[in-house]
Amino acid sequence: MSPLNIKKGSTSHSAYDLRDPNAQAIERHTLAVLVDNEAGVLARVIGLFSGRGYNIDSLTVAEVDHQGHRSRITVVTRGTPAVIEQIKAQLGRLVPVHDVHDLTVEGPAVERELALFKVTGTGEKRIEALRLAEIFRANVVDSTLQSFVFEMTGTSEKIDAFAELMRPLGLCDVARTGVAALSRGA
Amino acid sequence: MSRQMTGAKMVVQALKDQGVEVVFGYPGGAVLPIYDEIFQQNDIRHILVRHEQGAVHMAEGYARSTGKVGCVLVTSGPGATNAVTGLTDALMDSIPLVCLTGQVPTFMIGTDGFQEADTVGITRPCTKHNWLVKDTEQLAETIHQAFHVARSGRPGPVLIDIPKDVQFATGTYRAPREAKVSHYQPKMKGDIAAITALVELMEKAERPIFYTGGGVINSGPAASQLLRELVDATGFPVTSTLMGLGAYPASGKNWLGMLGMHGLYEANLAMHGCDLMINLGARFDDRITGRIPDFSPRSKKAHVDIDPSSINKVIHVDVAITGDVGHVLEDLLKVWKARGRKVNKEGLAKWWGQIEQWKLKKCLSYRNSQKTIKPQYALERLEALTRGRDRYVTTEVGQHQMWAAQFLGFEAPNRWMTSGGLGTMGYGLPASIGVQIAHPDALVINVAGEASWLMNMQEMGTAVQFRAPVKQFILNNERLGMVRQWQQLLHGERYSQSWSESLPDFVKLAEAFGCKGAKVDSPKDMDDAIMAMIEYDGPYILDVLVEKHENCFPMIPSGKPHNEMLLGDASTEGAIQAGGAVLV
Repeated sequence: MSPLNIKKGSTSHSAYDLRDPNAQAIERHTLAVLVDNEAGVLARVIGLFSGRGYNIDSLTVAEVDHQGHRSRITVVTRGTPAVIEQIKAQLGRLVPVHDVHDLTVEGPAVERELALFKVTGTGEKRIEALRLAEIFRANVVDSTLQSFVFEMTGTSEKIDAFAELMRPLGLCDVARTGVAALSRGA
Repeated sequence: MSRQMTGAKMVVQALKDQGVEVVFGYPGGAVLPIYDEIFQQNDIRHILVRHEQGAVHMAEGYARSTGKVGCVLVTSGPGATNAVTGLTDALMDSIPLVCLTGQVPTFMIGTDGFQEADTVGITRPCTKHNWLVKDTEQLAETIHQAFHVARSGRPGPVLIDIPKDVQFATGTYRAPREAKVSHYQPKMKGDIAAITALVELMEKAERPIFYTGGGVINSGPAASQLLRELVDATGFPVTSTLMGLGAYPASGKNWLGMLGMHGLYEANLAMHGCDLMINLGARFDDRITGRIPDFSPRSKKAHVDIDPSSINKVIHVDVAITGDVGHVLEDLLKVWKARGRKVNKEGLAKWWGQIEQWKLKKCLSYRNSQKTIKPQYALERLEALTRGRDRYVTTEVGQHQMWAAQFLGFEAPNRWMTSGGLGTMGYGLPASIGVQIAHPDALVINVAGEASWLMNMQEMGTAVQFRAPVKQFILNNERLGMVRQWQQLLHGERYSQSWSESLPDFVKLAEAFGCKGAKVDSPKDMDDAIMAMIEYDGPYILDVLVEKHENCFPMIPSGKPHNEMLLGDASTEGAIQAGGAVLV
């Protein structure tokens, strides 16, 4: 066997821990990051995730305080508890970052996503799509004789479920904003 | 007092107001207005380098030997990209730098203009923070903010990209105290409850050890003083990373020497066998820990670090203290004294007995020779002949660097400048010039290998032009020594591309640069050669022809825990297993 022919996790003789870190429980966390809305701040945050090999499930960003030039980045990420702690610490030391909140551990939070669905079709399928949209409390924001655009706000799971139902009914395009989240209570 | 002035004038004014005395740089089209202002004043000295990488390493040497922020000025495009290695080096080793780069005019950004590069994009991951200033009104404030960020908290390099039209335009200058207070204010004081928890552990510990790092040096001379007081008062042994050498004096009675991959036997075994590890400003680098599951398996660990992201990153610790090492040491001493200065005397006496046993191994011993100069011997003589002087040492990267760390003793902080985190070959020569510029009368020696040295040898021109009498102590084995050592131990002695043919004649090279050079190849001439180098008033290259196939020991082979070190005379055949081969 060539000395370099080793499989990941197959040897205990290594200065790096070659065991698969994903063998530990992976958790999904929603982080709210308050940042100065300065040029390049989003690139800085995203670069941190890619440069250090962290995952991004979804990310939303917009200025929330125009006078204070403050933006809120909501990022949904996955990792082991140790990795999640590292992500928070690494975000926290970026100079334009003011605050990092882990909404998943800081108590209950509301998480919502907005999505637009374009569904094309005629006849029975079109009627069925409209009926399901009503059940899901989706709004029709555009319609032609061959298509609807539905708008829906809800949890990511609800949006997934709706998309699944629309697929056989002529779903041709989806646009999702990613998760926006706030902690509950005062 | 606010005044109207051009952006270029503002740059020079802001640097003066920040206390900058020296700028290392290289002019070019996009920074000409700033160079024009530099020409018209005498407060700031400009050191013209030969390559922008050299400028950054010089600024690093300057910063590390003074504790001040180093300052670099380069042009757009290639000027900025050439600086990237130096910036990354400074980021890894937490060195405070402010790098100013020129940029094409704002209206040309994004058009692929001549010498345009996305400098803030390229340097975003290799700086602590960076800015593109698009408005002259913002320029002064940004520079003041940059100095604040570079020196606060965990220090690091920052970069300000200044388009040429911003340099020409007029705006309002604001002095540092008029600039708005930054929200970036890292926590200096450690949590007193955690400090007390650590004191409780220290009182009971049977086998404690201080593991110190570059954070002690970065915290300032007071931290080194407090460390000495704490070590001497408690009687605990102390070891240090490569970055922290000099914080505790090498002549101190509790000193175990450097730890890590090429650290001392007693230091590594003490780390492995301790029951309380007190990490002061070090970061559990992989050169230190070896195999993580076997790293000091039976100890409680405390970690003091100003950077919260360093804590629990690699090694889970029992007591985490976020704060500046100096501040924490002060509180630690106070609490420990207030609680009655207790230590476990019995346990400590046994622990020292054990450590003395390990010391008997004499892990740095090597087979000397009458015929060829052993690199260890060259360094032993250098140490002996320069010991009493206020000496500054820089190094390149490789075997010579590890030997220098093993065989040279440092009595004070800020006297040892080496590229630790990034391991940048070509660091030492420019760094030595930066140190010499800061300390014109001091003895500054760059311990080098010939391969590393060649990487930035153009900077000899800078040394000669600015009369920096740096001593280049080149341990020449005509090999990439550390690569060769790994190939011998790990790759079946297939020495792929690890030797240099057609090396220059270093004596003639010195003459070509307008300085002095000498060659030494016999152990009996070593002392005279070193003395001639020290006594020469000017830059000097000493080409020391050393044993070509010497290996650097002790060594913790990749894939082994601390207690399985290789010592000099050990058989190295099959010492490293397959798993270790994938590691650097």
